[in-house]
Amino acid sequence: MMSWLPENIATYGPEIDRLFYLIYYVTGAAFLLVTVLLASFLVLYRARPGRRAVYSHGNTALEMVWTIVPALILVVLTFLAIPSWSKVKSRIPESDLHIRITAKQFNWEVTYPGADGQFDTADDRTFDNELHVPIGKPVVLHLRSRDVIHSVFIPVARFKQDAVPGREILQWVEVTKPGKYEIPCAELCGFGHSGMKGYLFVHTPEEFEAWRTEAYKAS
Amino acid sequence: MAKSGGAVAAHEVHEHHDLGFWRTYVFSTDHKMIGRQFLFLGLFMLLIGGFLAMLIRFELGFPEHPVPGLGWLFRDTEGVIPPEVYNMLFTMHATLMIFFVVMPIMVGCFGNFLIPLMLGARDMAFPKLNMLSFWTGALSGILMLAGFFVPGGHAAAGWTAYAPLSAVPQYSGVNWGQNLWLISLFVLGVSSMMGSINYITTTVNMRAPGMTLFRMPLVIWSLFITAVLLLLALPVLTSACAMLLFDRVLGTHWFDPSGGGEPLLWQHLFWFFGHPEVYILVLPAMGVTSDVLSAFSRKPIFGYRAMAYSMISIAFLSWIVYGHHMFVSGMNPALGTSFMLTTMVIAVPSAIKSFNWLGTLWGGSIRFSTPMIHALSFLSTFTIGGLSGIFMANTPVDIFIHDTYFIVAHFHYVVAGIIFAMFAAITYWFPKIFGRLMNEPIGRLHAVLTFILFNCVFFPMHFLGVGGMMRRIYNPTQYEFLQPLQGINVFMSYSAFALGLVQILFIWNFVSSLIRGPRAERNPWQANTLEWSAPSPPPHGNWGPTIPTVYRGAYEYSVPGLPEDYLPQDRATGAVAGATGRH
Repeated sequence: MMSWLPENIATYGPEIDRLFYLIYYVTGAAFLLVTVLLASFLVLYRARPGRRAVYSHGNTALEMVWTIVPALILVVLTFLAIPSWSKVKSRIPESDLHIRITAKQFNWEVTYPGADGQFDTADDRTFDNELHVPIGKPVVLHLRSRDVIHSVFIPVARFKQDAVPGREILQWVEVTKPGKYEIPCAELCGFGHSGMKGYLFVHTPEEFEAWRTEAYKAS
Repeated sequence: MAKSGGAVAAHEVHEHHDLGFWRTYVFSTDHKMIGRQFLFLGLFMLLIGGFLAMLIRFELGFPEHPVPGLGWLFRDTEGVIPPEVYNMLFTMHATLMIFFVVMPIMVGCFGNFLIPLMLGARDMAFPKLNMLSFWTGALSGILMLAGFFVPGGHAAAGWTAYAPLSAVPQYSGVNWGQNLWLISLFVLGVSSMMGSINYITTTVNMRAPGMTLFRMPLVIWSLFITAVLLLLALPVLTSACAMLLFDRVLGTHWFDPSGGGEPLLWQHLFWFFGHPEVYILVLPAMGVTSDVLSAFSRKPIFGYRAMAYSMISIAFLSWIVYGHHMFVSGMNPALGTSFMLTTMVIAVPSAIKSFNWLGTLWGGSIRFSTPMIHALSFLSTFTIGGLSGIFMANTPVDIFIHDTYFIVAHFHYVVAGIIFAMFAAITYWFPKIFGRLMNEPIGRLHAVLTFILFNCVFFPMHFLGVGGMMRRIYNPTQYEFLQPLQGINVFMSYSAFALGLVQILFIWNFVSSLIRGPRAERNPWQANTLEWSAPSPPPHGNWGPTIPTVYRGAYEYSVPGLPEDYLPQDRATGAVAGATGRH
């Protein structure tokens, strides 16, 4: 199953994937256990002449085992997840690169603040469906929406955050590998939802500077 | 040749109490007839919901191809399903299956049919309210179906109807369809609340002598707990639907930020209802599974009290997990952490149930009758669905799999898996409901094929989700990263068509057994619960002059020292045999 997972290019990707694999192994083991038991019981305990079922109402010790063991496993899985969740969603790092993504039916408007570093000034530059970032530094995305709820999904960066009209949501990511990657919308947003996508262009620092210099020229 | 006891009693009662066609078959206050009415409503809607699924699977397997035979329906696009229609397809597939198939059949039919019979009552506490509850539900169904025929098409914002897409007609292009959807659900909520009042009152007040709460069959526990959940959860949905309708037609702005409203408020209200709702859907299925597994293993249910308490815990916890649908919604991430913890915890009582079902099978004398095959299928699919839930409960992992096919896989395994419990219930209680037997070999063939094909359709969805395929898109090939996955979609679509075709076996079996199946005796499965001591089908009033007295729990199978391997709850014995002390 896990062989279908896309490559990861985000710095926080490995810890997300580690949790994903851990749960896969734990649930896989539970699935195997239940399947083997079920199949063997169906064979061993099928009705046969001369054999009567065991008259038993249960076993308290066993009940305790299969209450406490799953509970412990699940609580451990919870606590293992908390640091990663906090890092990804709650603690926005310092960054000199803030980019606003305004979602609308049916594309992403990507706005760079320009040389003055301030949004909503004359030197802002807005692009349609193109998000350009460098490797090696955290980028803070400011998510907005003009109309309905959309969701910025970057599979290779393990990034997903809904863009909700009426508010601005900050979410960060740092990527490690240059390339061109798709950014689908992951929240039903109307008849154009299917096919609504942009592209993430990841550059080396030099290439990114070159791109930005060109992009910030007066249009 | 003597008539069977059932036919004689029915004949006598019928003469005494002849109400004519309309009050016997249409406006009946008899819980059994109302149960049958809900069953037919649900089965009819299942055909429609299933057809919508076939269209969805056609589009996903063969995007933008014309649908064979449906050129007349999609004239402007020469038979190709347009994107806005696709959005309507999955919206209505889910809406019909959840609200008009599972709830009417599991809760409306089996709740109505079984609660009085299994408790030893002659009818529900409020028979007229019961009739009203069905007809309100039927009205709701008519309103919902009407939405298919209005300009702008039916609701297309998902069964979850997130605002502002659902709140502002200009964003979706849907006008009266969404309004009718909201009005229909409002009316259905009223229907279910009426039913809940009846179920709760009857269970609390009308149990036969000796039927203590802890001698009730688990299916009754499940329906009772479900009724409480319905009573508490539906007012929230009903109110939210009214608020959304007001945004659409009265100019309010509850959910529309352009007027100061809050989109996330809809999600909180919807999911506060929505999560208990999925337990409303699954608890009766769990109750049915317990009863069927026990009867066909000829063994007491393993850990009866744990099974009852686990359903109660699931019901309690169901109120405080709903935020797991909102991890990436913009809700405060700290709340995400607390909802993650509660969601992980709610897996524990479900795990207990799965293990107790295995414990019931251990040491049994298993008969692979049709109901049993379906119950085993439910056990299997529910376990898989429960395990996949652990991935999405984990917030960092959910960042990736939220709104992908991993979620679609999960809920089809737990919610669509309910269809196995539904088939188990129908094939198990058919003799009691209709007084005839269904065909066993066809039943078993249908059960096995459905199980295999169900897994062929839904298991690969996990792979699609891990690959990142989003929900609610109609053409995965529009995305380069999804093109390598398209072969999986094609396989799933062919499997889905086969799964649909196999249901013809069930339809044929159901209809022909109804018309000319062999007459059923009182207790064809040799089961213990009270309904099997009434005639098949029971007459008005269920039993003759005396209602049963209960001497023991519902699961006294294979009691040592008895010639038969079952011991009905209402059979008086000299010394109250077996380990009945605690029950």
